[in-house]
Amino acid sequence: MNAHSSPTLWNRLVLWYHQMGSPPYFYAFAGRWRPWFIAATLITAVIGLYGGLLLAPADYQQGDAYRIIFIHVPCAWMSLFTYAFMAGCGLVGLVWRVKLAEILAMESAPIGAAFTFVTLVTGSLWGKPMWGAWWTWDARLTSELVLLFLYLGVIGLYHAFEDTRQGARAAAFLALIGVVNLPIVHYSVVWWNTLHQGTTVRLFGPSRITWSMLWPLLTMALSTHLYLGWSLLGRARVALLELEGGKDWARAIALKDAPHG
Amino acid sequence: MHPVRKRRLIFVGLILGAVAMATGAVIYGLQKNMNYLFTPSQVLAGRAADYRSFRLGGMVENGSIVRDPHSLKVDFTVTDGDRTLPVEYTGILPDLFRANQAVITTGRMQGGTFVASEVLAKHSATYMPKELAEAMAKAHAKHHVVMPATAGGTP
Repeated sequence: MNAHSSPTLWNRLVLWYHQMGSPPYFYAFAGRWRPWFIAATLITAVIGLYGGLLLAPADYQQGDAYRIIFIHVPCAWMSLFTYAFMAGCGLVGLVWRVKLAEILAMESAPIGAAFTFVTLVTGSLWGKPMWGAWWTWDARLTSELVLLFLYLGVIGLYHAFEDTRQGARAAAFLALIGVVNLPIVHYSVVWWNTLHQGTTVRLFGPSRITWSMLWPLLTMALSTHLYLGWSLLGRARVALLELEGGKDWARAIALKDAPHG
Repeated sequence: MHPVRKRRLIFVGLILGAVAMATGAVIYGLQKNMNYLFTPSQVLAGRAADYRSFRLGGMVENGSIVRDPHSLKVDFTVTDGDRTLPVEYTGILPDLFRANQAVITTGRMQGGTFVASEVLAKHSATYMPKELAEAMAKAHAKHHVVMPATAGGTP
């Protein structure tokens, strides 16, 4: 591994990991970075939407109706990405009992659920005029709905416990088990005959979309990732303050912001 | 690694492995039943005989669409490249319904005809501007190539 050949870089990564695990350090770090994330989110969203809704040409079969992909597809990617991130943080929280990892896992669940919900709604709005149906029980649509239920299950289980950290560990376990659904969502259009079309944008091999339509799509994908960063850092800050309410650092912040000290 | 953490990691790993294997087994077991549709070849081979109502998928054969001038009745033929099946439908068709378009119809066999109660259009995963599609179609017609954009959507 590269890390062994250059110990200084490895040491810095380990140091960074341990610093990030410290709630006051992370709280300040997240506060510094949030404005940059939202600024980058808005800029990329404006560029992506302008490129997708105004510059990109109409599709040869679907006309202008295809333009919903600039919302639908980035949200669908994010519904999977956020889940993988949540499960990864959940694993770190379960095994190493890192407080911050538990918080990041639990606070990404509502964001991921929102992305999944938007995916299902925009897909439904697109399906009615193009396919002729709002909803159909094919493998892709059903597995994406299961993904929404997994997110809701994680959120529900987390809040069912009196002790926040105990709830986070139980919910992280559910999140990890739900990981098996991710390849099912992705490969459902390959493994089974579905009404949903196959993969258009591929990491390996040529994508089946013109560049003038692809670049706004990728810009929107970048924008939704940045949005996740902005939203998650904010949620994690609040959750940290709630969890560490009695500690000195949290008290210092509360007193500083209070009207009369 | 700390032995407690190592034990936790192994425990989580084992549970995940078991869940993945169970899911794999369920998917493998359901493989036959999980197909969303049958193709004309499969129907003619009797694979759909157990079902009163099922989904038939394939391409609308070029030049097979016959619209009844006095009602919403439409007759067309669905093909999977090997075999064809005549389909009869009364109702409003989706925007994308046209010749050489992949469709998924729900209904039942009546004699040799599939009487559909619902027709859904499956669109291809290819996106391109109209001008490019026309230019490609022209170039392909010159070289007698079937256009991949419409031929690629076969389920």
